[in-house]
Amino acid sequence: MALVFSRLTPAMRMGTSIAIAVGVYGISFGALSVSAGLTVWQTCALSALMFTGGSQFAFIGVIGGGGTGAAAWAAATLLGVRNGVYGMQLKALIRPPAKLIPLMAQLTIDESTATATAQDDSGERVRGFWTAGLGVYLMWNTFTLIGALAGDALGDPTMWGLDGAAVAAFLGLLWPRLHAKDPIALAVAAALATIITLPLVPPGIPVLIAAAVTAAWWAWRRRPSPEVPE
Amino acid sequence: MTLWTWVITACVAAYAIKLAGYLLPQALLDRPIVHELAGALTVGLLTSLTVMNTVGKGQAIALDSRLLALAAGAIALKLKAPYIVVVIAGALASAIGRRAGLP
Repeated sequence: MALVFSRLTPAMRMGTSIAIAVGVYGISFGALSVSAGLTVWQTCALSALMFTGGSQFAFIGVIGGGGTGAAAWAAATLLGVRNGVYGMQLKALIRPPAKLIPLMAQLTIDESTATATAQDDSGERVRGFWTAGLGVYLMWNTFTLIGALAGDALGDPTMWGLDGAAVAAFLGLLWPRLHAKDPIALAVAAALATIITLPLVPPGIPVLIAAAVTAAWWAWRRRPSPEVPE
Repeated sequence: MTLWTWVITACVAAYAIKLAGYLLPQALLDRPIVHELAGALTVGLLTSLTVMNTVGKGQAIALDSRLLALAAGAIALKLKAPYIVVVIAGALASAIGRRAGLP
């Protein structure tokens, strides 16, 4: 095993490490999804077909909070927008042949993009993308199934702290993005919008309101500073 | 519509967005504004989901053991723990809170 690992290129080693580290938390997605009220099959469908962790957690987070399918759909879809941006970056970096694009698109997620863009030469970028993409796909789906079956057998999810696991899971996705003053201010605005609107609108909708507040805040931030009239 | 319908249509939308990134014209892709907005939306949505899962209970706010999970997760992240450890810390904190009789 160690010998095989040492024969991989650096990009492939990085991709494999990420696939193992990230894939294992498919177990928490699987367990949280069934405790949010999805079936084992719906849970596995999300990992196999949606295959983008943030959106999957958003979908089950809204359903688990009592929100509608439409609100879950909207939250998951908005959170998936960044994958479109990743596709643009990867196309420019790797310049893939047209026939591979449908498959590459499905594997375009945070981890495969990060592994590809971290490499310095084009061959390594390609190897990094595929190792991380296929590796995470395999691990994530396997561990989703394990988590879903285990979650089904657990009974009352709150006694096992699964609702707390969901809180930490979202915080863990958010944390690495709070590296500067700007995103922190943005996060505070989104948090306030959520808390204020939670008691006022149906479940799931506060997430969409926070998205709208985010977009508005972002548009206001990037306008050219006007002359201050006094 | 049933939950299955929403699951499948959300999967289709996720794939369509991924594919669109490869198919949109390069000129549009080179605009930093697209990257900035996508980055901002991700921060806003993840924050909102974190808050909703911490204090939301249907259409109401409930302060309970999930706050312990938030604190435990933050401490684990501050200590640069791997993601799976962060998630387990959150689960342990709220499970301990519940078994200790907190809401």
